[in-house]
Amino acid sequence: MAIESGVTSALEVEQDYEKHINDPKAHRTMVLNMGPQHPSTHGVLRLLLELDGETILKAAPDIGFLHTGIEKEFEAKTYQQGVTLTDRIDYLAPLSNNLVYCLAGEKLLGLEIPPMAQYMRVMLAEFTRLNSHLVWLATHAIDIGAMSVFLYCFREREEILRIFEMFSGQRMMTSYFRIGGLALEPPRGWQKRVKDFIDVFPSRIDQYEELLTGNSIWMGRTKGVGYISLEDMLDLGVTGPMLRAAGLALDVRKDAPYSGYEKFDFNVPTSTVNDVFGRYQVRLLEMRESTKIIRQALEGMPSGPFQADAPGIVLPDREKMKTQMESLIYHFKIVTEGFRVPAGEVYQTIESPRGEVGCYMVSDGTQKPYRVHWRGPSFGNLQSIPRLIEGTLIADVIAALGSMDFVLGDTDR
Amino acid sequence: MLPDSLSDNPTAKALADLATTGKFEFGELTIEVAPANIVAALDRAKNKLGFTRLSTVTGVDRFPAEPRYEVVYHLQSVTDKGRLRLKARVSGENPEIESACPVYRSANWYERETFDFFGIRFLNHPDLKRIMLPEEFEGHPLRKDFPVTGTRY
Repeated sequence: MAIESGVTSALEVEQDYEKHINDPKAHRTMVLNMGPQHPSTHGVLRLLLELDGETILKAAPDIGFLHTGIEKEFEAKTYQQGVTLTDRIDYLAPLSNNLVYCLAGEKLLGLEIPPMAQYMRVMLAEFTRLNSHLVWLATHAIDIGAMSVFLYCFREREEILRIFEMFSGQRMMTSYFRIGGLALEPPRGWQKRVKDFIDVFPSRIDQYEELLTGNSIWMGRTKGVGYISLEDMLDLGVTGPMLRAAGLALDVRKDAPYSGYEKFDFNVPTSTVNDVFGRYQVRLLEMRESTKIIRQALEGMPSGPFQADAPGIVLPDREKMKTQMESLIYHFKIVTEGFRVPAGEVYQTIESPRGEVGCYMVSDGTQKPYRVHWRGPSFGNLQSIPRLIEGTLIADVIAALGSMDFVLGDTDR
Repeated sequence: MLPDSLSDNPTAKALADLATTGKFEFGELTIEVAPANIVAALDRAKNKLGFTRLSTVTGVDRFPAEPRYEVVYHLQSVTDKGRLRLKARVSGENPEIESACPVYRSANWYERETFDFFGIRFLNHPDLKRIMLPEEFEGHPLRKDFPVTGTRY
């Protein structure tokens, strides 16, 4: 039995199977329904696999189980309210999503962000990268059978989440970046907390490497697995570490620097191995580079305001609001009706842990976005699944899927 | 016809004969083409101008204006990292446009998504069906005449 392009419902598969099983002359292949609850799909991805023995002949991904209509929701929210929705798209990289949304809005408004807020954004966006890569490494390792790495990674991730909580009051859904700067003034004593973390973190990466890099089981499961050619990846819309593990240094942080990334000294790690192991190495190197960026941000953190000087867009200082009539009016207007954004359209991209996030924002001059389209990196990456796993063995599917590092919330939005 | 402000932009010039209008705002180049020319424009952008990556395809509903829908393509060049936005307007009564899949394979899922949310049909698409919503779902939720609260409550 074969997967027809139109067949995705379980019922149709069953009917097809009934027909097929009664045909004695047919070449016996089997269709396996993997997911949407399979642990290695990290969320609710459903894969239909057509198998000949253990070899995958055809794969058909089925997505949409986590669709929550976020793009529609944006149109019903004011610009500032929209920030909270972005957290929930890619829940492992909330601050990256906050950032791209705010940058798009600021581009339309023509806002100048003070250097302190820019540095803080870069620093926290890199923490998000560490956070996301740690979850990836932990779960990827557990999928392949390296149980203990999970506990090591979550030890460090917990500290990162505490840092997020210190800044924003939230561990995951931070909404810490707002159009016009940051939501709150950075808390007292954050420097020590961040410094303590980045002082030990490189040695922790060494620990992960000790556990995995030379481990023969790990190498056996990852080396030479999950190859896909660079041309195919570009043609199928893959971005991020997968592309860099194939030797192409495509990174929005270098190509079109945003939020002051041009002031930081860092490398874009690449590898030419182009398999699961190569992607693992690229991500570990990225974690080391991120630590470098965080250290530079910490040491070079400029002083100054954390929000742009834009009355009417940024909420006024509490003290001013209580003493000045004008500020009170602005406060009332921003809270009740939001601010108007000049008509126009922008496409802002940044480099999230998973690849290129794009936010296409169309404004018609009112307080609510006319249209927000979200280009999630996971959506682009997932499209390459059939190319990635067709012809391989079913056991390698787990490793190949894990190496993509997708988040279904980001795919389905 | 391109506006005079784009006369020294090499990308705009290379697409001038296909363009109906264009603009350069916020540092981003937008070229609008007639729906019949979209595949020719994408093909030229990819094979002559080096825009090898299709970043995303989406739609915008300009209800009640006519032509109602904009189909928007965001392209990127891998060599000089430049970006280009191509746009085509399709009518509300018969929203259909030629699929970009023969030029960019990645258009497949993006066009399915646009079809799902806007009901714009992509002709000669290899597998045009809903991608996010269930097959039996009625309506296209990102249309402006679809209520935010949904239709079932």
